[in-house]
Amino acid sequence: MATPLIQLDNVSYQYEQTKALKDINLKIEEGDFLAIIGPNGSGKSTLLKIILGLLKPTSGRVQLLGQPVDQFKEKEQIGYVSQKSNAFNTGFPATVAEVVRSGLVKKIGLFHRYPKNVHLEVRQALKSVGMEQFAHRNIGELSGGQQQRVFIARALISNPKVLILDEPTVGIDSKNVRSFYLMLSHLNREHNITIVLVTHDVDAVSKSISHVACLNRTIHFHGFKNDMDTMSDEQLEAWYGHAVRKVDHRSEVQV
Amino acid sequence: MIESILRYEFLQNAFAAGLIIGVIAPLLGVFIVVRRLSLIADALSHVTLAGIAGSLYLSQSISALGLLNPLYLGITASVTGSLFIERLRRLYKHYEELAIPIIMSAGLGFGAIFISLAEGFSSDLFSYLFGSVSAVSRQDLWIVVIIACIVVVFLSFFFKELFVLSFDEEYAKASGLPAKWVHVLFMIVTALVIAGSMRIVGILLVSSLITLPVAAAMRISKSFKQAIFFSIVFGELAVIVGLASAFYLDLAPGGTIVVVSIIILLLTIYLKKWTKKGVPA
Repeated sequence: MATPLIQLDNVSYQYEQTKALKDINLKIEEGDFLAIIGPNGSGKSTLLKIILGLLKPTSGRVQLLGQPVDQFKEKEQIGYVSQKSNAFNTGFPATVAEVVRSGLVKKIGLFHRYPKNVHLEVRQALKSVGMEQFAHRNIGELSGGQQQRVFIARALISNPKVLILDEPTVGIDSKNVRSFYLMLSHLNREHNITIVLVTHDVDAVSKSISHVACLNRTIHFHGFKNDMDTMSDEQLEAWYGHAVRKVDHRSEVQV
Repeated sequence: MIESILRYEFLQNAFAAGLIIGVIAPLLGVFIVVRRLSLIADALSHVTLAGIAGSLYLSQSISALGLLNPLYLGITASVTGSLFIERLRRLYKHYEELAIPIIMSAGLGFGAIFISLAEGFSSDLFSYLFGSVSAVSRQDLWIVVIIACIVVVFLSFFFKELFVLSFDEEYAKASGLPAKWVHVLFMIVTALVIAGSMRIVGILLVSSLITLPVAAAMRISKSFKQAIFFSIVFGELAVIVGLASAFYLDLAPGGTIVVVSIIILLLTIYLKKWTKKGVPA
């Protein structure tokens, strides 16, 4: 069996006195389209930071492409798209092309300049998210959804194996969410990019997604999305309710 | 003007130093402004004052230090201040801006003490506070040249890293960039530029040459490249017109450079308004 792209074994994280994550076991295989869903405060961001190597777990083991995360050097294999809302100030003087190009920074390495034909790579990355005609526009002039696509292009330009997205649909109006997921699905199927996204919004989880992991400090369910679909709303709510207790889950996780 | 420059060495020094600073201050300023560190530049210039005043006092009281160029202690103070700011910003993680008033008042406090301890360097001090056309020595010019070389080497090595760090710090860290080190180096280079620019524009106005041309450039730039280009053009324009008018009108160049910068800024603001309304600019 092929090595999983991302593997977490018994990962826990304690933040001061609070256990933010407990015994997380997660295997993400090549080609997966996984949504990690959890209410606010369920440890989603902490989990992402641990996967990206920005936080060291209190216990447990994290491996990226079969290597321990702290020894993993090929960071360009992991494309990260941060939550749009706090990512940058909109008045920043930069064009879409300049932002996308900056995704190559790690791959090129310190002390080296961008290659001469970098514009071809920029165009290709923008094309795969349907934004090639915006290359010379100022990034601040675009809508939230368009900016999110640009940030995905920035992650794609280094040809990553995995794309990790933090709350990607925040700031995108509901009618564009569908086409956004279609684009992700296209990247997943046609470009064979493994996609991991975290979201608090169960409604946002679309048909394109293959796997789901339900997180609330620990993982309550991880499997095919279809298996989750066969559960009735009541079952799902009861299951989540059992897991979280004392919380009104309808409003909390919008099941 | 050209004739005077050819004739007097002090004018050559002032113009050469001014032209160099007109490039490096706004060039680094673009990164300082987009990273929202403009006020830090101000704080560092006040720390430089402490170093300059300290050096002037020491050269008065210890005869062996009589010939010491005050810029050296100014640069030392500025670089030390930049490292302290970083330390304070980490210490007061949720109140990062606290570092600025702390460092600024420390700089002014020490400056005030040295100034009151010493007697009779008010004219020297005036030139350090507001800049001078006549006080730039060959040695000052060489210091500016060395600082400019450091800036050029630093930016050519770290340009793309600084762009990522400025645009999206979280992404920079997630991409595995040595964000902390690049930032510390950036602060040190900023401190050097502030200390170097001070001879021309003066301590109190040094941050204006770092921020005003950039503020004007940002009004009209769509890309980062344009922002850098226009910042340098505006910076040079302000320095040339400012120095020339300071020389002819016998004014402090810090003042004239700032006034020219403000005029450029206002023009860009209104130019944009007019073009938006469809009135030909």
